[in-house]
Amino acid sequence: MVARYDSLALLTAVALVLSGFAASGQEAERKGIPAPPGHVFKTIISGYEYRSKETRALQDDDLENPGFLAIERATDMWKTVEGSEGKSCMSCHGDAETSMKGVGAAMPKWSEKLNKPVNLEQQINICRSEHMKAEPWAFKSQQLTDMTAFVRNQSRGMPVTVKTDGPMSPWFEKGKQIYYTRVGQLDLACASCHEQNNGKFLRADFLSQGQSNGFPTYRLRDQRLIPLHERFEGCMFDVRGVPYKPLSDEFLALELYVAWRGIGLPVETPSVRN
Amino acid sequence: MRSPLAAVLGCLLLAVAAQAEEPIKLDVVDGALPKSLTGAPGSAEAGQKVFLNRTLGNCLACHQVSSLKSEEFHGEVGPSLDGVAGRYSEAQLRLIVANPKLIFADTVMPAFFRNEGLNRVRPEFVGKSILTAAQVEDVVAFLETLK
Ligand code: HEC
Ligand code: HEC
Repeated sequence: MVARYDSLALLTAVALVLSGFAASGQEAERKGIPAPPGHVFKTIISGYEYRSKETRALQDDDLENPGFLAIERATDMWKTVEGSEGKSCMSCHGDAETSMKGVGAAMPKWSEKLNKPVNLEQQINICRSEHMKAEPWAFKSQQLTDMTAFVRNQSRGMPVTVKTDGPMSPWFEKGKQIYYTRVGQLDLACASCHEQNNGKFLRADFLSQGQSNGFPTYRLRDQRLIPLHERFEGCMFDVRGVPYKPLSDEFLALELYVAWRGIGLPVETPSVRN
Repeated sequence: MRSPLAAVLGCLLLAVAAQAEEPIKLDVVDGALPKSLTGAPGSAEAGQKVFLNRTLGNCLACHQVSSLKSEEFHGEVGPSLDGVAGRYSEAQLRLIVANPKLIFADTVMPAFFRNEGLNRVRPEFVGKSILTAAQVEDVVAFLETLK
């Protein structure tokens, strides 16, 4: 009995050491969530886990996180009347903390009226032009990115969920096709970096799974919030490719597909990245 | 506002520029390129510069090389190139740099001497290879020093 107990203990110790080695490998030391059956990854991991201790600490502290300045600005804009209808966002939606909870976690969403998916930026501009009769905000304008971050922030901590079936299904397939298509003079696809090589250094860049749960994200390099389609543009440009246009059908399809790749991850907006 | 005429002229210019570049053909023999692309040997010293330069080879983005330890940031996407000259002949190395896709199926390594069959290439790079023939020869000469 005693001997057996000992050998078991030894086995356990060996197993622990071995798993310790495994944990020093790629995926294991970064916390993630188990992916649903049929997903491309076994473990879905937020970009947060690939960033330095300092960058993560900045994201974790709401007072230090520079992305919260945008949230503050948008908190005021939410209540600001604009346009010929004399309305603010609040006139229709009331308190964002309750009415917008969960909304940003489930984008892009199918629009019956437009017969296509819309993302958060587009929905905000639809509200502006149709319900407020105000000018839509330009993509990458501070207002649109701030408001997108504000609405998404109401879902912070909630799992990313997107519908990919029904009328969404051709959009999902299109996004998937774009994700796996090599582009540019460097001939690389999204998958070349974020699926095949995440957890590895590409010179000074530490490649993540390219998840979208933190967007809009505060980029330390640019010292401002970056909307998701601007990141897509950047990644395509860097491989010397011609990016699709922000808010184009192509990037919308890609946004849907990328959201699915991160299904279940907590919304982190405003995240901090380098 | 851009005038329609300017747009048409712009398109014409682009079309002319793209046509000016001949598609590159590689004389592949048994998974290798035996002939120098320039007809002359390359310079290892120049090749090291091309290898490191971020807008040229940028090979260190993906590879590690111990003899270049003084350089920051060696990538991990590709294997270490230490001793690579012992693993491949010069002719094989030339093809690996010119078009690795002919050797390693589905590799993420770009073809450095290829100028067609690519998708959505930015206008300034259309019809151009990442490296010139001479730069490829220089890089190959540099790889030959990695015994
Ligand atoms: C040549 C490599 C490369 C390719 C190809 C590439 N990316 Fe990226 N991407 C990066 C790097 C480097 C970063 C910054 C570090 C990180 O988060 O991975 C990044 C970041 C991202 C992020 C932000 C992740 C976060 O947590 O903030 C997203 C989203 C993303 N990429 C999506 C894409 C999509 C979609 C494509 C294809 C259109 C693509 N990438 C193609 C290199 C690449
Ligand atoms: C985007 C990443 C990337 C870049 C940039 C890159 N490589 Fe590679 N390289 C790879 C990968 C990955 C492999 C392994 C082949 C495979 O995919 O199976 C490889 C393989 C090689 C090999 C064969 C090594 C062996 O031991 O089998 C050589 C030689 C090589 N690369 C040289 C270069 C040179 C020279 C440059 C720059 C001019 C360069 N590479 C740029 C990714 C890259």
